[in-house]
This record gives sequence, C-alpha cells and structure tokens, in this order.
Amino acid sequence: MSDKPRIDEPTGTRTVGHEWDGIEELDTPMPRWWLWTLYATIAWAAVYVVLYPAIPMVNSATQGVLGWSSRADLEKEMAGHTAKRAPIVNAIAAMPIAALPSKPELLEAAIQGGSAAFKVHCVQCHGAGGAGVVGLYPSLTDDDWLWGGDLGNIETTLIHGIRNPDHDETRLSSMPAFGRDGILDTAAINDLVSHVRVISRQEKPSAASTRGAVLFEANCVACHGTSGEGNRELGAPRLTDAVWLYGGSREAIAKTIYNPRNGVMPRWNDKLDAVTIRMLAAYVHSLGGGEDAPAPFSAPATAASAPDEDPGNG
Amino acid sequence: MDGLVLKTGGWLGLALLALTMAVFAVDWPFAVHMTIVMIACLLVMWFTMTRADYAGYARGILKAPADMGEYDDDIIRWGVIATLFWGLAGMVAGVYIASQLAFPALNLNFEYTTFGRLRPLHTSAVIFAFGGNALIATSFYVVQRTCRARLAFPKMARFVFWGYQLFIVLAATGYLMGVTEAKEYAEPEWYVDLWLTVVWLCYLAVFVGTIVRRKEPHIYVANWFYLAFIITVAMLHVVNNLSMPASIFGSKSYSAFAGVQDALTQWWYGHNAVGFFLTAGFLAMMYYFVPKQAERPVYSYRLSIIHFWSLIFLYIWAGPHHLHYTALPDWAQTLGMVFSIMLWMPSWGGMINGLMTLNGAWDKIRTDPIIRMMVMALAFYGMSTFEGPMMSIKWVNSLSHYTDWTVGHVHSGALGWNGMITFACVYYLVPRLWSRPRLYSLRMVNWHFWLATIGIVFYASSMWVAGIMQGLMWREYGADGYLVYSFVETVAAMHPMYLIRAAGGLMYLAGFVIMIVNVWATIAGRVREEKPMTETPYNPAADRPLVGTAVPAE
Repeated sequence: MSDKPRIDEPTGTRTVGHEWDGIEELDTPMPRWWLWTLYATIAWAAVYVVLYPAIPMVNSATQGVLGWSSRADLEKEMAGHTAKRAPIVNAIAAMPIAALPSKPELLEAAIQGGSAAFKVHCVQCHGAGGAGVVGLYPSLTDDDWLWGGDLGNIETTLIHGIRNPDHDETRLSSMPAFGRDGILDTAAINDLVSHVRVISRQEKPSAASTRGAVLFEANCVACHGTSGEGNRELGAPRLTDAVWLYGGSREAIAKTIYNPRNGVMPRWNDKLDAVTIRMLAAYVHSLGGGEDAPAPFSAPATAASAPDEDPGNG
Repeated sequence: MDGLVLKTGGWLGLALLALTMAVFAVDWPFAVHMTIVMIACLLVMWFTMTRADYAGYARGILKAPADMGEYDDDIIRWGVIATLFWGLAGMVAGVYIASQLAFPALNLNFEYTTFGRLRPLHTSAVIFAFGGNALIATSFYVVQRTCRARLAFPKMARFVFWGYQLFIVLAATGYLMGVTEAKEYAEPEWYVDLWLTVVWLCYLAVFVGTIVRRKEPHIYVANWFYLAFIITVAMLHVVNNLSMPASIFGSKSYSAFAGVQDALTQWWYGHNAVGFFLTAGFLAMMYYFVPKQAERPVYSYRLSIIHFWSLIFLYIWAGPHHLHYTALPDWAQTLGMVFSIMLWMPSWGGMINGLMTLNGAWDKIRTDPIIRMMVMALAFYGMSTFEGPMMSIKWVNSLSHYTDWTVGHVHSGALGWNGMITFACVYYLVPRLWSRPRLYSLRMVNWHFWLATIGIVFYASSMWVAGIMQGLMWREYGADGYLVYSFVETVAAMHPMYLIRAAGGLMYLAGFVIMIVNVWATIAGRVREEKPMTETPYNPAADRPLVGTAVPAE
C-alpha cells in the first residue's frame, strides 16, 4: 500500500495516494473542454427552461416567455394544411361526384387525397394496391363490381357500407345458406355446382348440370339472373365470368352454396368527412375498373347538397 | 442439529405453502409458477439435508469455519457461468425475433412463440439475466478486492444468487405464458416483483456489509457506482411496480397509477433502468477491470468524483424524454429534454476516465485483445451517450420516436457497451477464478472481438437507415398535402434492413459461442498452443483479504 502520492512515470502526473488492490488514481485535472461543455449545456438548459414551459408550480407550470405549447403548435400546423387544401376541398364538396371527371384538376386532386386516405383506412383489407385478398376481400382493380363501379355507386358503398346491421341505408342482401339450413341436399348442391361451372365455361354440360339448371331456375335466378349475369342492385355477383371472390373450384362453389359468407364492409359516414369519402371513391374508381355513370347526369342543382343523399339500395 | 431440523422443516413448510397456492390458483400460469416455487423449495430442502455436516454435529462443532485468508469466490464462479448461460439464451432469442421481423412466418402461428411473448423474453434475458448476473458476480468480486475483506453475510450472498435465478425463471416462463404487467422492462407480475424486492434488499445488505467490513480507508470509485446502481434500482423497482393484485391466488394485478401518470412512472423507471443498471453498474465494472487489465492508474480522481455525482443527479430526471409529443404536459417534456442534454458530459466523463487510463499503455490495444474489447466498449458507450441526448431533443425525437432508430440506439449501447465490457471482464475473471495459467486461447478472444464488432456495425447501421427511412416515410407529404406512404409500405421497405440486422445479430451470437467454447476449455484446464499475445500477470499471493487488521483511519 502506497499511502503517499507519487509521480507516475509514463504520464508525469502525481497520484492521489490511494491504492486499492493495486489500482491507483492520478490527480489529473478535469479536461477543460469537458468542463466547459458541461457548463455550456447547463447554461443552455437554463435559457431553455425560461423560454419554454418548464417549471411546475402549485396549479400549473410556467408557460415560457415564447408562449409556445405543443397543442397550439399542432393546431397551427393543422390549420395551415387545412387552409392549403381548402380551395380544392370546397370545390369537390360543392359539385356532384358524377361531374368530377369534367374537372380534370379536381379529379386529380381527389385521387391524390383518396390515395392517402386509402392507405390509412382501406389497405388493411383491400391491400396496399387495392388488389384485395382471394377468398376474403374483393379486388378493386378490375372491372367486376358487386354493387356498381361508377363514381356514384362506389361513393354510396363507401358512405353506407355493406351489410352494416346498425344502419338502415346500408347495402343489404343475403344469400340463403342452402346447405346449412337444409334447403338443398348434398346431391342437389353438387348438381348446382355443375351448372354454375358450365355457365362459367369451366366444365362441359353433363347430366348433373342439366339437373342443376332446373335447380338454378328455382332457387337462384331471382338474384343472379336467368343466365347467371348477376344483379348489382342486390350485390349478386355475375357467375359467368372468371372472377371469383370466394373461389371458382367445385369445392369453393359448393362451400359458398352450403354456407355463404355475405361479406361485410364498414360504412364510413360515421368515421370520415364527406369530401374524404368522395376522394376515396375517385381513387378507387381510378384503380383500373372504374365505369362511366350509367345515365347521363342531369341538373347539378339537385345533387349538389350532400353526398349522403345519394339513393341507397338498401 | 436443532437448527438443521428447523431449516429443513421451514423449507418443507414453504413448499407446502406454494403447493396450496398452486391448488387454489385462479389461473393456470399462476399454478405453474407456484409449482416452480415448490420445486425450488424442495431442492433447497434436499441440499440442506444432504450437504449437512453430520459428523460435525455429532462432535458438537457448530460450523466448519471458512478460510478467512481467501476471498469468497464461489458465488462469483456460479455467476460467471450463469452470465454465459443466460447470455446465450437471450442472444438466441434476439436473433430469433429479429428473424421473425424479417420473416413473420417464424411466429409459427403458436401463441408461445409469437414476437409479443418472445420479445420481453429477449430483453429481460439479456438485460436482467445476462447483465444482472454479470453485475452481481463482478460486484461481489470487486467489492471484496477493493475492500480487502471477505463478503459479509456469505449465506445471504448465496441466497441472493439463487434467489435471483429463481426470479429469472419465473419472469421468463411468465412471459411465455402471457403473464405480464405490460410495462417495458418491468413485465413480471406482482408476486415475482415482491420476490425480487426481497432478493435485492439482501443484495444491498451483503454489499453494504462488505463495505463496512473494509480494511481500506477509502471506498473505491467502482463501489460508489455499484452502490448507486443497487440503491436506485431498488427504489425504481418498488415504485414502478406498486400495484394491486386482482387475487392473491392469481397472476393478474393492476397498477397503482393510471393514464399518463402511469406512463411517466414507467419511463422514469425505464430510463433509469438504462441509467443505473446498464450505465452506473457497468461503469463500476469498467472502473475496476480497465485499470487492472491495463495495469495503469485511473486517469483522473477529480473527474470520477464530478462525473459520478453529476451522472447520479441528472439521470434520474431524464425519463420524460421517452414521452415527447404525448399526453404528458409540455413542462415535463421540457425538463426531460434539458436534463438529458446536461447528461451528455457526465456520461462522457466515464468514457474519458476509462480511455485515458490507457495513457502509457496504448500499445496494449494492438497486443491485448481484452484491452481491445474494453476500448471498443468505451467507444460504443461514448457514441450511445452522445446519441441519447441528441435523440432526446424534441426536434430530433419527432423523427426518431417509434422508429427502429431507437432499436439501433439501444443495441449500439447494449451490444457495444454492456456486452463488450462484460465479455472483457469475464475473460479477465475466468483464469483467476479457476486458477488457470491463462485463457485457453487469446486468439479466440480476438475472433470474438472482430465478429462482435462487425456484427454491431451491421446491426446499428442497418437500424439507423431503417429508422430514419421509416420516420421520413411516415411524415412524407405529397405536393397536394396528403401523406404519401401507407404503414405497410414502410414495413416492406425495411425488409432488407431487417435481413442485415438479423445477420449482424447472428455474427454477434457467433462470437459469443466462440467465447463459451473458450471459457469452457479454460475451466476444463486446457491451454491452446498458439502464438502468444500480451497477458496481464496475476499474483495469487496478493489476491487475498487482509486478516486481523482493523479498518485504518481515514
């Protein structure tokens, strides 16, 4: 134990004189740059707490001489964005959606806004590119539409949703569970499947499909139409094409007839403002399969008020 | 003999109590935990009976006296092995969950292997099991050497070690079964918290008791840091875990705090877990093992005083920077930020004192792989403690928060600082604890060093890129004033970075496996034939407590 300070040879510095298990300590002064940087951060902190809300008092805290607050900051920033978007938002709100294509710059802005909203609210089911998920959620990029693919119909679907139990105007239809509820037996379902696969040109006509055609006439034409062309008023899909939401194989079709999914989409009128919904409609319409309005649009005066007044089908 | 009967009976009684708790359990994880406790009690009872000195009892000797001329190193040997064991578990879990982020199918569609359950297993295993065992073992080693005294309360010290292992087992199995308080780094439920409190207070008693028994006039700086670590962690743990169990036979409890107060308590705890567990505790390790390995005096006594007290005083206020731009009032956010900035230099004081201790021995960086690890640890410590204050600035935080930048920051500190300094200390300890001429292979230490270093570089840089990219994508506005990217697009963009991160983690793990082989061979008494590298000599004759002398006067 060396209890006396000594001079350390390699550094030429005096030791403090303590020693523990062979460890000594040098009496080096604190590095000046270190000390002054420490002082500088303290000085900076002292200034900062005066400028910004910092010191807790009895009922509230000091507000800071700059009068800054995170809430005011956010409000200012949001107000800036709102003001910047206001001309376009107001113009889109003021016109019927069917007239949007006649104003290319407004349509373009609506598609941009819809794209942003789609990324927040729709991608979870329909996918980042709107391609849907086979067997679960429809693709929005093709021209096969369950409830109509023109701007007005897409907007209506968005506003009121599909099969929302708490909403009177929601799009509503219900395919019976032919198998589960015992309306048709297994043999009949198999015949029906054969017929559906014949009209969708996946199978050649057979005895089973001939029997199935009779069953189809009795059970299905009310919604899916005499030749299986579907009905958008009821969200009944066309059965003659190659697009199958829940699959077009024998097993998949049989499963659907046995126990249909009757898929649900939330309504957005209780979550998003009317203009955002309109923008979403424009974006979805632009994804590739958007259709023109079925009838030429008439006077703008009637439809100008609010999108909620679009005729619902439910 | 009466004592033995009392002890065995006591353990049996505790085992029966645990069994009763298991029988009346209202949820199955609690029953599993109480069964584990019962098995632990029965094991202790078994060892108490079989290891008892019956011949001694017969002759009426109360206790075989310990050799007071030697340090009490059993626990430290166990602790070194536990450190390596839990380190392996924690790092394997880390590489696995990093791979899960790149390939979600690895969640295996099985509740026990989902990311949400394995993630706390990883963090707790590396921080509390690997880091905690390293801290307990080195603190018992250092406090004995620098006080020149054997451990006070040797039985209690053994209880601390085994009690801590039981805490780890209960915590880890709890995470897998979904038992959690949902507080980051404080996930264990109320009964595990109570157990840890008991263990920790015993730890404090042993440590302080040993300091009181010291034969040196002064308390060495490493012991200040260890003591700060033990006391503060006790306080943090107790306050943050104040809660009310839903049933004393169940694993669920509810926090004493609600809403933003709960969040602030949690991050006061969380940040100081970093500050006092991962910083103060590991600085204590640094303050003993760096001067010992370098055989140089500590650079500056004055710096160690000032940076110790400034670190201790400032760290405790920095927690609110984890809650920038939240419901936390602005004033608290401001204070969290300014205290974090002021913390920069106090943190760097430790780095300066560590690095500059090499003054006069810089050549060892070239020739001594253990010194090289210590220097790299200090370099990463310095980098992380600059990055931390920078990220606490609100303007930077608005970009970095919630992104993988935070993950990169944590790991440059954890892998670079805590991991590397622990490895260096274990390499220092193993030949001395097991009385071996030297490590099995210093060349393998060098391999470990390079694998770990390159692994960290891959890990940290990929997470910086991923985090900054993620932050910028989240806030990217198009010309029309609308957000450009969806969340899932940011996830897809990070996939290559996640691959690089997993690769970096795998390299770090590979280095650690080399270490385990090296330590294993050293303990087995083997010495590899290889070109020599610089070694620090060891004098077993001087490595003994001072017996019989009173504490010298100040």
